[in-house]
Amino acid sequence: MIELIVFYIFGALLLGAATMVVVMRNPVHAALFLVLAFFCSAAIWLLLQAEFLAIALVLVYVGAVMVLFLFVVMMLDINMVTIREGFARYLPFGLFVAILMFLVMGLVVSSDYFLSDAFSTFSHVREGYSNTQHLGQTLYTEYLYQFEIAGAILLVAIVAAISLSMSKAKVTKAPNPGDQVTVKKQDRLRIVKMDAEGKE
Amino acid sequence: MSISNEILLALPELSLLSMACLVLVVDAFSKDPDHRITYWLTQISLAIVFLLVFTSIPDEPRLAFHNSFIDDAMSSVLKCFICAITIIVFLYSYEYLKENKLMKGEYFVLGLFAVLGMMIMSSAYSLLSIYLGLELMSLSMYAMVAMNRKSAAASEAAMKYFILGALASGMLLYGISMIYGLTSSIQFTEIAAISMTSVENSRFLVFGMIFMIIGIAFKLGAAPFHMWVPDVYQGAPTSVTLFISTAPKLAAFAMAIRILVDGLFPLVADWQSILMVLAVLSMAIGNIVAISQTNIKRMLAYSTIAHVGYLFLGLIAGTINGFAGSMFYIISYALMSMGTFGMIILLGRYEFEAKNLEDFKGLSGRSPWFAFIMMCLMFSMAGVPPFLGFWSKWFVLKELVASGYFALAAVSVVFSIIGAYYYLRIVKLMYFDKPDKMTAIKATKQMRAVLTANGLLILVLGLLPNSLMQICLTALAH
Amino acid sequence: MEAIYQFINQQLLMPMSAMMFPADLQAEGLYLMQTSLKVMAILSPVLFTVAYFTYAERKIIGFIQGRIGPNRVGFFGFKLWGLGQPIADAVKLIVKEIVIPSGANKTLFVIAPIVSLAPSLAAWAVVPFDDTKVLADINAGLLYILALTSLAVYGVIIAGWASNSKYAFLGAIRSAAQIVAYEIAMGFALVGVLVAAGSLNLGDIVMAQSGSVFHWFWLPLLPLFLIYFISGVAETNRAPFDVAEGESEIVAGFHVEYGGMAFSVFFMAEYANMVLISVLSAIMFLGGWLSPLQGILPESVLSSEVIGSLIGPGLHWLLIKTSIFMFFFLWLRATFPRYRYDQIMRLGWKVFIPITIVWLVVVSALVVAGVPPWFD
Repeated sequence: MIELIVFYIFGALLLGAATMVVVMRNPVHAALFLVLAFFCSAAIWLLLQAEFLAIALVLVYVGAVMVLFLFVVMMLDINMVTIREGFARYLPFGLFVAILMFLVMGLVVSSDYFLSDAFSTFSHVREGYSNTQHLGQTLYTEYLYQFEIAGAILLVAIVAAISLSMSKAKVTKAPNPGDQVTVKKQDRLRIVKMDAEGKE
Repeated sequence: MSISNEILLALPELSLLSMACLVLVVDAFSKDPDHRITYWLTQISLAIVFLLVFTSIPDEPRLAFHNSFIDDAMSSVLKCFICAITIIVFLYSYEYLKENKLMKGEYFVLGLFAVLGMMIMSSAYSLLSIYLGLELMSLSMYAMVAMNRKSAAASEAAMKYFILGALASGMLLYGISMIYGLTSSIQFTEIAAISMTSVENSRFLVFGMIFMIIGIAFKLGAAPFHMWVPDVYQGAPTSVTLFISTAPKLAAFAMAIRILVDGLFPLVADWQSILMVLAVLSMAIGNIVAISQTNIKRMLAYSTIAHVGYLFLGLIAGTINGFAGSMFYIISYALMSMGTFGMIILLGRYEFEAKNLEDFKGLSGRSPWFAFIMMCLMFSMAGVPPFLGFWSKWFVLKELVASGYFALAAVSVVFSIIGAYYYLRIVKLMYFDKPDKMTAIKATKQMRAVLTANGLLILVLGLLPNSLMQICLTALAH
Repeated sequence: MEAIYQFINQQLLMPMSAMMFPADLQAEGLYLMQTSLKVMAILSPVLFTVAYFTYAERKIIGFIQGRIGPNRVGFFGFKLWGLGQPIADAVKLIVKEIVIPSGANKTLFVIAPIVSLAPSLAAWAVVPFDDTKVLADINAGLLYILALTSLAVYGVIIAGWASNSKYAFLGAIRSAAQIVAYEIAMGFALVGVLVAAGSLNLGDIVMAQSGSVFHWFWLPLLPLFLIYFISGVAETNRAPFDVAEGESEIVAGFHVEYGGMAFSVFFMAEYANMVLISVLSAIMFLGGWLSPLQGILPESVLSSEVIGSLIGPGLHWLLIKTSIFMFFFLWLRATFPRYRYDQIMRLGWKVFIPITIVWLVVVSALVVAGVPPWFD
């Protein structure tokens, strides 16, 4: 009973937040609503006893990805007027495509096949079952190959990001404290003997 | 199979990965502005991988890693070609990058990772491996396109490539998730078995399949998902365009075969009709729009779109011979495209690219030999006998007719005649027009030799097409 | 303790839930009320500690710098070494006005301090006080902690952005970059703990350290221990990593525009985070509630009725260990000058992360090889 109430609360929040992500004019607000949406979906996952996925969602998306995202969005000065330019012009065509897609997908999805009783009901996992352990075991045995490829993809992402963003090391004017300490009088000061110049 | 045996099967991939990491580290510590060590290490690693694959071509397909990896004749043949083509591509690239002061060690590192992605795609036997291989390849490609940071066109091309590529990946993933939801498997034999038995679900399988075909079409650059191709071909540094238009096409072909034939063959009637639309549109748009182009890289981009249309014809035929014809087509296309872009690199100099058709004017006066090579390439692209390009079209059309698609064959012949116009226009420019300037061609001996070999290969393979066809047939025999 | 809980449960909660909830929701209602009570029982001491932590800070730093620190405010006319100071401060902050700057984003401006305090309090849900006392004994406790500590940055970012002030924004950016950088090292350090203990449950992690002082994880995970604590200092934006506040450079950083209670909530969040990091360090590296005399004295003495409650395992050891770490926070602040920004980044990315990765490999090798006395 409580589970059901919690589900509906978070489900409604999730839908609301997701809608706000699209509707909000201010990109920072949209990003923050996306954070809320992640939270709500994590909560729903928790209800399904998928604690690892739920926490990983918060940890990775909310804790890392969205922080960097907000970081960038906050520094941008996005002019919403230019973004919305031509909105009315493309709207009819966009609507047409959207309705067409909606109808076609509706045809497929509305069939008996996707009725809710076609799916097995959720059953509670047994005592002592660890979601994390199971995931780890599957990941490192059955999906070992894919896991390694994913590692290579991340490596490529790092290489690509660095090679695209790093320019040649600039010549800095920062002094080296070690040199400053060991400097001798002779290095800086040169005393030149010269004859006095006569009056012109 | 024990894990050590499984690792042995993936030895080429593993050695490529470790070599790529080695190259990365060596390059980070090398101070050479020409990155000679990086370049040679890259070439050596590709050669090693080539030998590893070449010496272990299996007769029977072998599966590994919980059936998500396959080592069969097709994957081995494609991997051999991918490595060999990339070696030549890097040879051209090295000259180009040095000449245009774009030399960066990461170019080769990313190139190696892209090759790794292609190899993974070639021997992927589950949807997840295919997707990950595709991402590995694409990610490296995006970065390579953007490598010239001073050029606005390159940045724009990279952005377009990245966004549309991400969209395509999204489509593919959506399709994968639909298929997984219906078959509860991502492994090809299991998907094939389940889709064979469950007839009542086929409507939903087709629903997922459509999204996957969109993904494939995006990656191959088939119309109407071709928008990125001309911009990327034009904006990217020529050496990258050369790379994009050759080896990845082989990997994309492997992806198409694995998904459509190994995985979803029970739905053959459905994907045939979808591919038919894509093929006709690609041939029409590619061939007709190419006529009005003045930029040669853009023109070749549209020619790629058209060629992808022909590639689909072999798949539509739906027989082993048809698939072999497609494989023949894509390999010969990669060879021709490599030669053509190599020629553009050859004619370019620092801060000057032979990017317009005008730059080919009177090439026969400047260098009769390279004009002849270019003529071979253009004749081959247009499908003039006895060059390689003729045979690739011939095999595909023959199978198409044998399967009873007369109208489609006729349409494709008409379009290939239209297409011949713009290829032959280059030949005309080279032989019958006066050059604006008589600048000498500046290129190293290596480059000249390889380009010559490339052109002659087109001619020789054109005279002996059966040898290559035999390879393709055995590759797809099982 | 047990008797008091039973008494409250039977005399207070059960009748109340019978009154408030319909018959079919009795069990749920009771559970809800019990949990709320437990939450209060955990959080009130935490908040009390936070208040007196500020007092301790002023006293200790005063002592280190040869001053006296607050010594005037006491109770009922007695000065009592200034023990009334935190309460006087709280009263002062509560009655002050909260000024919302013009051009600020009102909603976010108000939400920011709450967002910054909430995760540091919520994390206490999985902290085990001894082998039976823990609010939520969940499998993925360590992950939960990691997820919640990664949320602390939101308060800072939102405050910096919503204030519509340059100093605040600069502080927010500095803090966000710093927290992201050190969170990775911190996460890797926790992975080391996970590998060593073989569990994500904090209670199991403590139990895996039982044996003696040398069985505690500070020894096999020494580099990770140091990195965890230093990253913890950086995560809480404390000196010498306090560039986000940087009084001398950007006035007060992200909370420059905040006053009154809104400011004090930020202040509380900072101190609550410090207490949390201290208690987590104690649990994961210093054996939590385990007694340091274990392994020296025989088990029978430690578990005996009278002496055992004093020197045997128990909550008091956890508190002592936590206080040691809390003292380190203050000691660091009194001793070190502020790091320069690029040095902070270098330390985080180029020193800590590589060390943690290398040590992860070492720990995994130790665990696989079953090296005694820790992993046999």
